[in-house]
Amino acid sequence: MNVIVEREKGLLELEQRIAELKAQAAQQPVDMSGVIAQLEQKYAEIQREIFGTMTPWQRVNMARHPKRPIGSEYIAALDQFDELHGDRHFRDDHAIVGGFAKLRGRRVVAIAQDKGRDTKEKVYRNFGMPSPEGYRKVNRLVRLAAHLRLPVVTFIDTSGADPGIGSEERAQGEAIAQSLYELADARTPVVATIIGEGGSGGALALALADRVLMLEHSVYSVASPEGAAAILWGDAARAEEAASRLRLTSDDLLAFGIIDEIVTEPIGGAHRDPGGTIARVLDAVVSALDVLEHVPADELLQRRYAKFRRIGAPA
Amino acid sequence: MPVPEWLRIRRSSPIAAEDAAQWTKCPKCSEMIYRPDLAANLWVCPKCNHHFRMHAFDRISLLVDSDFTEIGGDLLPGDPLGWTDKVPYPQKLERDREKSKLTEGVVCGFASIGGFPVALGVMDFNFRGGTMGTVVGERIALLFEAARERRVPVVIFTASGGARMEEGMLALMQMAKTTLAVRRFHDEGGYYVCVLTDPTTGGVSASFAFQADVIVSEARAAIGFAGRRVIEQTIRQKLPDNFQTAEFLLEKGAIDMVVERRDLKPALLRLLDYGSGAKPSANGRVASAANRSESPA
Repeated sequence: MNVIVEREKGLLELEQRIAELKAQAAQQPVDMSGVIAQLEQKYAEIQREIFGTMTPWQRVNMARHPKRPIGSEYIAALDQFDELHGDRHFRDDHAIVGGFAKLRGRRVVAIAQDKGRDTKEKVYRNFGMPSPEGYRKVNRLVRLAAHLRLPVVTFIDTSGADPGIGSEERAQGEAIAQSLYELADARTPVVATIIGEGGSGGALALALADRVLMLEHSVYSVASPEGAAAILWGDAARAEEAASRLRLTSDDLLAFGIIDEIVTEPIGGAHRDPGGTIARVLDAVVSALDVLEHVPADELLQRRYAKFRRIGAPA
Repeated sequence: MPVPEWLRIRRSSPIAAEDAAQWTKCPKCSEMIYRPDLAANLWVCPKCNHHFRMHAFDRISLLVDSDFTEIGGDLLPGDPLGWTDKVPYPQKLERDREKSKLTEGVVCGFASIGGFPVALGVMDFNFRGGTMGTVVGERIALLFEAARERRVPVVIFTASGGARMEEGMLALMQMAKTTLAVRRFHDEGGYYVCVLTDPTTGGVSASFAFQADVIVSEARAAIGFAGRRVIEQTIRQKLPDNFQTAEFLLEKGAIDMVVERRDLKPALLRLLDYGSGAKPSANGRVASAANRSESPA
């Protein structure tokens, strides 16, 4: 059960009551503005209490919230999108959507991991867990982008790369390694945004970027809290404890220099204002591209090298 | 060329004197093996041919001509997250240092193998399961950077459980760091051979291990991305025995060759010989500049 969904239940009820009272007030001569104001104040208080400071585990749940904006919704918010399918070898991986796009009038190659919204979509998207052919599609699209000098914009939201038999048979490790290898030397600006879950190598494969943005309540982690708990204590149920130790929140990662910028979310989380949140992310991406586009390719690559070379290097 | 203390000791008496247990049981066939015999047989069970996981020092000692100049050996792990699970991370590191006599999960340096000068990196499963934290990433990156300057090929033996949990995202980012170092080395014409040994999984398989020009695997090594248990839990069924073995990967076309340990050194020498025509240049992007739409001046 998602702890955020649980916690916001009461809040949503209150919200509904306020809306009902307001509707009544509009039809009746009785002055209810006092009651309404009181409820609204209470609402704001509870909201602050729930969302003012969130634990890492609550952030994990926020990142996995069933209503959180997903990759395809960011793609849909672009001015224009022409999907390019497939890895040219095996099949089209639906966990990754990519293609030519226009972002605020600018030509880009956009690539998003998508978890799907309803059950049918989730199955179709393999719950946002890319298979090797997904990473090979990324590889191909990055090469295409560099060839046409189009910036690459990625939106990351995955619990991790697909851990199935078929994925191992088709060399998942190699596919991720090659996606990283391609991004390492792509002679075009790359801007990555963690919009939900940044699950381990399966997320990093799209995030070796010149600028890495992160939505405030997203998480980005070396392993899923459940996976880490299973490894460390042999008990996946200790996920909450693992989450508190992994330093997977946006503030932690900004402090470590692993991400470059946090894009704030409305109080209550991105799903409280999906359109506004998506627009803010796209604004941040555009601002990053504005700067990066003026950097000559050789220097861009030098900076990209130095940026990641520093992480975890001795002081 | 300087010879480190451990290499001298390894050479003069292959079995450490302090080793109380002179007999080892083969985990595969349960045969009791006299340790000096096991060492003399390249840590391969004389009865069932099981390849024991090798200590990095033993591997280097058996491989190099006489010299070995370690680089990055002075880089030691810190505790960037202030990590504790069952025990504090620094305590785990201390325990592994004692047990393995290593300072980290990889030993890197310069040596010659059969007369070929190489940059050599050997991972060791005995130190934190060969997991890649900041120091492993840093040492590997340094190795590629130094190899690029000296214009020598890189040979890496991998053995790793993946990224190191206890260093969190700083560990994961070493996949990006090592990738950048491999790419730069390779783009300037460098030649890189990777030997996968048991086990090579997770973040190491998904970064520098599978970015080599030639990928060799020791026979019967476990190689994969996701852990076996994770897959079994996901699909809720038992996996076939050969799943994620070197032979399985060879069959699927993911690696170049599978080699028995006794044949490994000769195979490596042949591979180094084939690559001796590579002309790395520290200034131009020889290898791939021709394929690019824009070649730098």
